[in-house]
This record gives sequence, C-alpha cells and structure tokens, in this order.
Amino acid sequence: MNYVKLVLLGLVTLIAAMGANYARDLAYQVHALLITAIAFGMFIWVLRQIDEPQPAVPPQNTYFDGVVRAGVIATAFWGMAGFLVGTFIAFQLAFPELNFDWGQPFTNFGRLRPLHTSAVIFAFGGNALIATSFYVVQRTSGVRLWGGNAAWFVFWGYQLFIVLAATGYLLGATQSKEYAEPEWYVDIWLTIVWLSYLAVYLGTIVRRKERHIYVANWFYLSFIITVAMLHVINNMSIPVSFWGSKSVQVFSGVQDAMTQWWYGHNAVGFFLTAGFLGMMYYFVPKQAGRPVYSYKLSIIHFWALIFLYIWAGPHHLHYTALPDWASTLGMVFSIILWMPSWGGMINGLMTLQGAWDKLRTDPILRMFVLSLGFYGMSTFEGPMMSIRAVNSLSHYTDWTIGHVHSGALGWNGMITFACIYFLTPKLWGRKQMHSMAAINWHFWLATLGIVLYAASMWVTGIMEGLMWREVDDQGFLVNSFADTVSAKFPMYVVRGLGGVLFLGGAGIMCWNMWMTIRGASPATATLPHATPAE
Amino acid sequence: METYTLLREIADSWVLLAMFIFFVSVGIWACLPSQNKARADASMIPFRNEDQPCPNPCDTCSCKTVVTQLKGQIDA
Repeated sequence: MNYVKLVLLGLVTLIAAMGANYARDLAYQVHALLITAIAFGMFIWVLRQIDEPQPAVPPQNTYFDGVVRAGVIATAFWGMAGFLVGTFIAFQLAFPELNFDWGQPFTNFGRLRPLHTSAVIFAFGGNALIATSFYVVQRTSGVRLWGGNAAWFVFWGYQLFIVLAATGYLLGATQSKEYAEPEWYVDIWLTIVWLSYLAVYLGTIVRRKERHIYVANWFYLSFIITVAMLHVINNMSIPVSFWGSKSVQVFSGVQDAMTQWWYGHNAVGFFLTAGFLGMMYYFVPKQAGRPVYSYKLSIIHFWALIFLYIWAGPHHLHYTALPDWASTLGMVFSIILWMPSWGGMINGLMTLQGAWDKLRTDPILRMFVLSLGFYGMSTFEGPMMSIRAVNSLSHYTDWTIGHVHSGALGWNGMITFACIYFLTPKLWGRKQMHSMAAINWHFWLATLGIVLYAASMWVTGIMEGLMWREVDDQGFLVNSFADTVSAKFPMYVVRGLGGVLFLGGAGIMCWNMWMTIRGASPATATLPHATPAE
Repeated sequence: METYTLLREIADSWVLLAMFIFFVSVGIWACLPSQNKARADASMIPFRNEDQPCPNPCDTCSCKTVVTQLKGQIDA
C-alpha cells in the first residue's frame, strides 16, 4: 500500500513541477509550486514510514475526536481571517484610499471581496459544519467514524481547497461566478474531498447502532448531497489549457445565470441553512437539557425545507432576461418557504419550554436563542425581498448586503460560536470554558455589531433604491450614481464599526478557547474517552 | 418533439404529481399516531452515547433492540 502511495505522490510531484514550469498564468504557477511542495513533503513522510512498525488500530469503543478538535480550531482561525478581511473591505468602501497603490492589483476591493465571502462561508462555515457533523453523527449513531483516516483526508483536503481558492482570488484566478469563484482544478479537488466526506458520513450512518437516524443527520446529509450536486453542475467548464487556470463555462447567457443562482440560492439554503439546522437540532436540545420540542414538526420542517428551497433561486433574477414564469415560480416558492423556516425556528425556541430560566445564567444558551431569532428574522426578510415589487427597490442596493449579513452573522455566526463554546470544553476534557464573563462580552459585542451592521444597511439600501428611481417632472433621473455613493458615506462608516465590534467579539472567543485548551488552571474533568495519537 | 418540450411535459404532469404525493405522504407519515413511540425514542438520541460508542451488548440504548432483532432474523 505504501508503495502505491509513493508512486502516486511521486507522479503528482512530477506533474505539479511540470505545471510550475509550463504555467500560463501566475495563479496556476503558484498553485503548482504549492502542490509540488506538499506532494514532495508527503512523499518523504511516507518513505520514512516504510518498514516502520505500524501504529495500533484505534479501538472501536472510542470516538474519533481528533479531527473534530482540529476542525474547531480551524473554524476559529478561518473565522478570524474572514471577519478581518470583511472589516477591512468595509472600510475600503468608506475610504477608497485603503486600496493601497503599492498593493495593486492584489489587495483591491474586487479581489478581497470574494476572499471575504469564501473565507466566512466556506472556510469558517464549512469547517464548522464538517467538525460538528463528525461530532454529531458519531454520538447519534453510537459508533466511531467510518473510514479511519479518510476523515483526516477530508479535513486536510478541505484546508487545501481553502488555501488554493483564497490565493487564487488574490492572484486573479476566478471564473466570476458568485460564491463559486474557484477555477476548474480547484473545483475538481473539492469534488474529490466532498465525495470522501459523503462516504465517511454515510458509512457511519450505515453502521449505526441506533435504530433511527436522528433528525440532525437528515439535515447534515441533505446538505452534503445537495452541495455535491450544486457544485458539480454549476462548475461545468472546459479548461482552456491543462497548464493554465482559465476555463470556459459550458452554459451561456440566461441558462448560465439561472444555473448560477440555482446554485447560489441553494448554497444559502443547504450550506448555510440545512447544515446549520443540523447543528441546531443536536446542540440546542443538548444545551437546554431537553429533547426537541416536537419531533413531528422537525420531520415536516425537514421535508418542507428541502422540497421548497430548491425552487427559490430565480428570485435573484427578477427583471432580467429570465422568463416571467420562472421568476414568478421562484418568488412564490420563496414566500411559501417562510412557513417551514418559522416552523423550524419555533421548534428550536420551544425546546426551551420549561428551561427558559436558564437564559438568565447560561450565555451559551442565550447565543443559541439569539441565532434562532436572527434565523426567523432573515427568513422573514428574505421572502419579503423576493416579491417582485419589493425587489425592484431592494435589488442591487445595500439592503441585500444587510439581509445577507443579518442571516450570516446573526444565524450562522452566533450558532457556530455557541457550538464552539459547547464543544471546546468537551473535546479537551475541561469542565467549562475558561471565562464565562468573556462569553457574555462576546455575546454583547457581536449583537451590537450585527445591529449596527443591519441597521446601517437598511438605511443606506432603501435610500439608495429611492435615489436611483427618483425622476423629475420631465422624466429625467435626479441623482447620478456618484450622488448615492457620497450620500452613503456615514452609513458605511457605521457598518465598518459594526464589523470591528463583531471581530472584537470573535477575538475574545479565540482568547477564551486558547485559555481553555491550554488550561490556565489544570483540567478539572478527566477525559474518559482519551483517544490514542491519530 | 424537442427534448426540452418533452421533458417539460413530463415534469409538468407525472413528476409534479409524484413529488406532490410523496410530499403529502411524508407529512401524513410524520403525524401517524402509531409512530409516537418511535418519535419519542428518536428525540432522546442526543442524550445517549455521549462519551463513548454504544457498547455491545447495550443495556441503556435502543441499539439493544436492533441487536435482538438481528439475532431473531439469524435464528429464524
């Protein structure tokens, strides 16, 4: 087996080195060098392992938590990176001088913006999903993760995907599809990693010892399968050259646009909603110490959500070349979607029935409740904005940005922070987080940050929409585009400050995690399921 | 007939009907009173097997029933 690995790694090293030589663009060259270095390093590592005694196979009566620990740390790391870039580009919009001359073209807004979106959605959110799903699927199935080191391959393969995507954006490799910017070879790599993820996840569920598949696993599984499907179909493209990063899309025109927003909206629906609902259905009952309010409702929530979300994409293409029937379909399904979303929110909130008093003392539970509140708010705002008449005002304005961030910071961010606070002490065998007061500080800083962000974006978005459509009695437009830009300045500064608060809260969380893991005071609880070195 | 027209025809009739029936049946299944016990059992899953995998034989979790069932099948 080791010899096969050696041959494969040697081949990869050779081809990547050839790629670095023949590369037609800078991004491809840097990536080829990176892969050469990684493959060569792994080659040496495997070589040194040959004929060494093999480490014992870890027993099946422990959980595979090493990869979950790594995932929790990666989540915090990429979160900080993504929030930092986001805050910086927010100030770039307020103060264009921050597009430094010396950093061109690598650090201009256009290249940093996809870096921010991908870092927070796929790196921060994705790592949180992978780590929590591995944690949850083992506990709810009552078995160790299937596939041995395949879980480590998923983790490191995903980190490599993140690094390739992020450096690619800065160096100018992009296929210009929102939230799907990485070029063809990065897409192929992600497909391989994602299918391994699906295999590990399904393998564990198949071997489960519980009779039922707990509802959280349904949500996680639908997220994994749907993202695989969306990713493959939206990224169908033909590379111009094997030795270059540029590729040409298979679809064109309105078909391409529809495919892109079918992908884009379902990335929201399945990556940022279904996956995170999987977290909600496990961690909220755990933290509240009570089973989910209605299991019946959770089943209906699941099927209604996946049946409706998949149709909602066309609401991103109102008043375009897309046929009217398609955009009406998208709008109608978006509005119907309000029902399962609120059903899920109520189900989560009512889980606290009889435990509401815990909100006064437990800042982690408070974070879960706030995240559910933002889930409800943004799933009300979203259907409203998908109505054609509202969309004619809101589309292309900052209202959309505000909506996205109240969902992403409020719902995804808050529930991820709460899960990190739940998992960190458990995974490292501590009784609780190092500082409960710091969790409170994080809670309030993040909440205030989101409020500043969302409120300023509502104001500037609606103002901008109204200014764009204002006509005088002769029918001429009153405002030029630059007028709206200068009118938005104060709100942009407020938005940037909101970002600073949110980033500060996350910084406090990282300090708190560090102190918990390092153990400023010795660990109070022993680790009953200490895993051997993996 | 063009492929698009044909697929559209099928999607607008039989596929739509099949999906609708599936959706409604899932909704009904989710509310069946006969499944009450199963649902109550499933909702308690997060509170089992917290620290280590379900041991064999297992006294406290529902994997016990699975094992018994499997045994019954082998015996039969």
